[in-house]
Formats: sequence, C-alpha cells, structure tokens
Amino acid sequence: MTSRDFRSCLEIRDEIRAGRISAESIMRETLERIRVFNPETNAFRETFDDEAMDAARNIDERLARGEDPGPLAGVPVGIKDNIATTEGTTTCGSKMLEGYRSPYEATVVTRLREAGAIPVGRTNCDEFAMGSSSETCAHGPVRNPWNTDRVPGGSSGGSSAAVSAGLVPATLGSDTGGSIRQPAALCGCVGLKPTYGRVSRYGLVAFGSSLDQIGPFTRTVQDAAIILDVISGVDERDSTSAPQPAADVTLGGSLPEGLRVGIPRQYREPGANEPAVERDVERAIELLRDAGAEIVDIDLPLTETGLSTYYVIAPAEASSNLARYDGIRYGHRSSEPSGSVDELYARSRSEGFGPEVQRRIMLGTYVLSSGYYDAYYLRALKVRRLIKSEFDEAFESCDVLLGPTSPSTAFELGGKPDPMAMYLCDIYTVNNNMAGICGISIPSGTDEEKRGLPIGLHLQAQAFDEKTLLQVADALERMIGFDCSSVDD
Amino acid sequence: MTGPKNNQLSIQEVEKVAKLARLKLDEIELELYTGQLSSILEHIARLEKLDIEGVEPMAHPIPLNNRLDEDVPGDPMPVDALLDNAPEVVEQFISVPKVLGGDS
Repeated sequence: MTSRDFRSCLEIRDEIRAGRISAESIMRETLERIRVFNPETNAFRETFDDEAMDAARNIDERLARGEDPGPLAGVPVGIKDNIATTEGTTTCGSKMLEGYRSPYEATVVTRLREAGAIPVGRTNCDEFAMGSSSETCAHGPVRNPWNTDRVPGGSSGGSSAAVSAGLVPATLGSDTGGSIRQPAALCGCVGLKPTYGRVSRYGLVAFGSSLDQIGPFTRTVQDAAIILDVISGVDERDSTSAPQPAADVTLGGSLPEGLRVGIPRQYREPGANEPAVERDVERAIELLRDAGAEIVDIDLPLTETGLSTYYVIAPAEASSNLARYDGIRYGHRSSEPSGSVDELYARSRSEGFGPEVQRRIMLGTYVLSSGYYDAYYLRALKVRRLIKSEFDEAFESCDVLLGPTSPSTAFELGGKPDPMAMYLCDIYTVNNNMAGICGISIPSGTDEEKRGLPIGLHLQAQAFDEKTLLQVADALERMIGFDCSSVDD
Repeated sequence: MTGPKNNQLSIQEVEKVAKLARLKLDEIELELYTGQLSSILEHIARLEKLDIEGVEPMAHPIPLNNRLDEDVPGDPMPVDALLDNAPEVVEQFISVPKVLGGDS
C-alpha cells in the first residue's frame, strides 16, 4: 500500500547514508507513488523508471564500498519540462517540442547527479514557461494538490504540485517573472529563485534570457539551501553564470544579528490582497519583531509599473529566443504541403505553439518593430534601471524585504480567461527578476476560514545575498511551523 | 515617439506583426489577438507617464563583459542524436522545401 511521503531531502538522505533504507527501495516507492497519485494532479508528464532505478542501485553500491555519494545521496528529484535531461523527452509543455530528445543535459542536472540526487521524471509546466497557472501546458493542465479544482500556479506548477502532493522531496523549476515563487505559494511549499547569474542556465530552454533563473522547490528552507549549494557556481558553458562563491548553507534557525526587515507599502495597498494573505503577512511581521528584528517601512513606487515593464521586456526576449523554432532542424514541422521555406516556418509555428506563446511572440515582435522600438522596448529598459535603483535604495535601509508572494490563494481552473488578469498574478514577483536579485516563497498558513488553500510569504534580498535570505526564511519557517503534510487531511 | 493611437491596434497591424513573427493566423484568431494585444498595450501605456530623462537603458541585471574561453577543442554533439530530432532526414541531410524562388 503506497502512501504520500512528506520527508525532507535531508531526512531521506540520512536514512540512506545510515543504511536504514536503500536508495533502491526509496526509488521504487517513489515511482510507485507517482504512478498511483499523479493522475490527481498531472504534476509529472513522464518518469525515468529504468534510469532512476539504475542510478539508485549505483548509490547503494557506492555506499556498500564505503564511498560518499554526496550531500543528496539517493534523493529523487523532479525536473521541469524546460530543463534538458538525456533521459526521456524535453518538451517545454509544447506541441512544438513533442518527442524532442535532448542530445545533452543541463548543467544543473549534471550537478545534481554529482551530488547523488537522482532525476526521477519530468514535471509539467505552462508552455515555454509562459503562464501563471500551468493551464497552457500542451499535456493538460496541472491541478493543485490542496484542491484539484484549483490551479497550482505557474509556470512551474508541476514542480510545485509534485513536492506538495508528497510525491518527491524536491524538484527544479525556472523563474522568469515569478514562475518558482508563485506556484510554491499556491501549493504550500518552499520555492527559491536565486540571484541572476548564481545558477547556470546551460540546458534551460531560453524564454527571457536577461530574466530566467533556475531554482529548487522543497519542503524546507534547509533543503532549498543544500540544492542551491549543489547547483550554483560558475559554468564555462553559460557566460552569464557568475563567479561568486556558493552561499553558506549553515542555517541555525535564528535570525541574523541586528536584522532589518523592510515592508514595502506597495505590497499591502488596501484591498490589494485577500484578507487571509494580509493576515499572514501581519503575523510574520509580529513574529520577526518579537524575535528581535527591526521593522522598516519601505517605499517601492514602481511595483505596479514593473508589470508593464516586464510585459514589454519578457515578450521581446521571448520573440527573439523562440525564433529558432522553425520546423527545420528539430521540433514540430507542418505536414501541410508548403511551397516555400517561409510558408513552412509559419505553418509549423502556428501549429506547434499554443495561443499564449503566440500572443507573447506577437507582443514581443510588435514592441521591437521599427517605429515602436523606442516607445516601448527602449523605454522599458530605462524603467528597468529605475526599478533596479529603487531596490538598491531600499536595501540601504533594510536587509530583506517581506510581503505576500501572490495577492490571492489558488484560483479555479479557467478562472482567469483574460490574459491581462493572469499577468496581474505576478505583481509582487516580476521586479525581482528585472533587478536580478534573489527571492524565496515559504508557506505561512492556509485561508482556513474560506477554502483551506495555502498562502506564501515572499522574502527578497540583494543580489548574491542568499545567505541572509535563507537565514531569515529558515528562522521564519521554524517560527511559523507550517505542516506541509496537512494537504492530505 | 509614441505607441499607436489610444493603444488600439488594427487588424492590419496585427496581420503585419504575425507576418514578421512567422505566424499564420486565420480571421478569428486575428480578431481575438487584436483585442487582447490592444488591452495589454493599454496596460503597458502607463510607462509613458514616467520621467525617464537621462536614464541609461538596462538590458541586463548584472554588468557583464564578454568572457573569452580558451580555444580548446571539445567533444562535438553526436550527429545521430541531432538528426534523430530532425522532422525530415534524407541520408545525413535535413530536407526542406526549396529556399529560392518561393512566393515569400
């Protein structure tokens, strides 16, 4: 009889390292659990059964020889569908890449393997990571484990749902405007978006190259810290990966001395957030104050403008990045007879891309087109500089920023048919990507009175200050004491 | 330089953008996207209200210079695996419709 497993990566690793359970049996249970429970949420698209079992046996053999397989020995990890693995197919949730087998793997996947972790399968996401609900996935929508009539958030909704449903202890996702933090909030797990440049993007299918960043979903902040330590660091295959040393993962559960927590006024405008979300932010402020932190009022007037800026820059970069999908060397090719290469391109692209992707490609093409480049794209790049300056100034008077990750808890499938309404989900997260700083969402509770759906708190820190970010998140997590296994009640 | 009048796109403009983006849309799709893109542009229009005089554009969050790698040969990608992903292959070649003389 299989059941959900809510243990952390560390607990599983320690059991395996101590020889109390084999990596093989952990992996067999994990695959069985995914087989039984996955139909509820559609979190996983496929599993790498044979490769994962082989890798698990290899971990056991190395342990038997007295070797240390690494800090994630035998830990099963789900991989978002836009991060290349040599196992299975990498489809980006799109018909365009149906059946695509990557000839190489992402650096993050290689680094996970080297640390003993085992890629167990492929998690669903919004098509090409464009969306905030995981409904634009070509392989069907993902559902929220807390209430399957609701979305898990997006775009990394399969990755958040897989962790929250008790299928795997960790997954990888990607965050271009909130795609790790928002689904983590809506599913009640931890989602870390590292600083731009902290983690190599080699093997991540490009969406917005100046915004994209890979990060982990976990059940504890400690697990997120360990995975960050494993996957971060310079990579010769990604010239945007930064040479900074890895973040210190030692977390003591207490707040840093003299911590100043900034509360941006614009994250709490009257009526902007659901009452339960607002209540959790208020409670977190009280907890931090009681624990000795100084609470500082912060002004980030460009919070709302950031969304407009983002929806110029991200589609512009996407329209350029997605130009490579032309039906020639790989990806979907139209079977309609085409008289010219141009016709083949257009037919293949319109058949292969779903509506949200086509919408963003057109938006991006438009803002970059002759006559509108200055009015939209160049202007947005200038506003981006102002957004960065706004954060720089804020971090002169505080060490971390606190607010809600999302103004609301999970909405119903089909609940946001208007694209602009969907884009508004990212109001508190997009500016982080534009400034290239780091952020994390941790679960704070549920909207018990209403629907029992999880709520996420958003912490942000300066570029490359994951140490402070994770210390505060870890301490706050302990103070809150959220029980992720209550998803099963 | 400003955007289109009242940020409303015409069907012809969307048709032009679709052509530039190499997308083939039918009339229903054109109409749908014209409305949706106009409403997004309306939201984006608030950028016009900001004073950006003298602000340097920022294309990238961290200041990066070109990083040069050592010129050392590495392993090439396996040709077979690459060709396996191609939609139409003839021997070792990828097949495409004629490139010159089409009605593009």
